[in-house]
Amino acid sequence: MTGLNPSHGSRHATILGIGSYRASRVIPNDDIVDAIDSSDEWIQQRSGIRTRRWATPEETVQSMSVGASRKALEHSGVDASQIDAVIVATVSHMLQTPSAATAIAHELGTDRPVAFDISAACAGFCHGVALASDMIRGGSAHHVLVIGVERLSDLTNPEDRGTAFIFSDGAGAVVVGPSDEPGIGPVVWGSDGEQFDLIRQREDWRDVIRQKNPMMPHLVMQGNAVFRWAAFEMAKIAQQTLDESGIKVEDLDLFVPHQANMRIIDAMARSMKLPAHVKIARDIADQGNASAASIPLALDRMVTEGEAKSGDLALLIAFGAGLSYASQVVKVP
Amino acid sequence: MATTEEVRADLAEIVNEVAGVPADDVQLDKSFVDDLDVDSLSMVEVVVAAEEKFDVKIPDDEVKNLKTVGDAVAYIERAQNG
Repeated sequence: MTGLNPSHGSRHATILGIGSYRASRVIPNDDIVDAIDSSDEWIQQRSGIRTRRWATPEETVQSMSVGASRKALEHSGVDASQIDAVIVATVSHMLQTPSAATAIAHELGTDRPVAFDISAACAGFCHGVALASDMIRGGSAHHVLVIGVERLSDLTNPEDRGTAFIFSDGAGAVVVGPSDEPGIGPVVWGSDGEQFDLIRQREDWRDVIRQKNPMMPHLVMQGNAVFRWAAFEMAKIAQQTLDESGIKVEDLDLFVPHQANMRIIDAMARSMKLPAHVKIARDIADQGNASAASIPLALDRMVTEGEAKSGDLALLIAFGAGLSYASQVVKVP
Repeated sequence: MATTEEVRADLAEIVNEVAGVPADDVQLDKSFVDDLDVDSLSMVEVVVAAEEKFDVKIPDDEVKNLKTVGDAVAYIERAQNG
């Protein structure tokens, strides 16, 4: 009997560099309150959001991804030609096919890498990091570019009181590569399909085109139920991630949860009893919720502003539509 | 079995922790939203903490019926006895 050659991976994987791109339009609450009969004060109290970033027509899923990726490549010192896999996490690439990843990879000047999109909504970035880490350790890639990107302003109903003020646009990227020490801890991830309709695109495209005056199928959300799940169930997942990583909460330097809502971030931090020295990402206040892009946007900001130092331990936890979630502890590049 | 006053006092402590409302203000006739300024998200936090404290289930559908502190105390007492 003939045996197959085994794959040979690196023993460990780590994040080598990070970069982000913020959509350039700064939209204050006052610009959106009339359509939802609300106020700046109400939005801030309910979400902690003061302004959000929305894209111009020129700021596409592809262009924002390329912007973030170029910075991540530069930060990592890895050349585009060394990238052999590109994973894009997004729900706002408006073509069913092909994926956003292949064109992004091409524009970056990579050399025909494996390239594909994943759909795990707000949890997508941490799914991508987990896949990248396993690919490198499993031997199917050496340097993986993981991108989280969204243009959710396209999918936002400006008249929906529950969501009009939440979503935003931007991209974040990391380069994941081999390392001597573990830089990405074990992932804790999963889904709860029983609650698949808590956050969703309102109707499918076939139903949209049957309408007399077709409208974009906007995102809808059952806010209180999502809050309950995110603030409490996800705090348990975060604790499980620390346990599986062998990290005590006191050893943590940074807590970078998906930037869904400041109230969720606060409730999670309370529920996890985070010590005062752990710096908590609060990028949502002037970025809004950028779904798959929110964690790399928030982490990159902490790196850029000096709040996060190279080698710091950061707990990432991403959660959203599906419901789906993924969490891991990573070392800051 | 806890008395109504004991349930109220424990609930008042939870409301204080979640929303910073002085525990003495959390009286049976007070409305969570109108009198105590506990919004719907804080209410979710209160409910989850109450479920744990009193070992009861308070489904999302039920939460909107709990307008006053008295409504919540009565629900908790019924759930504990049921």
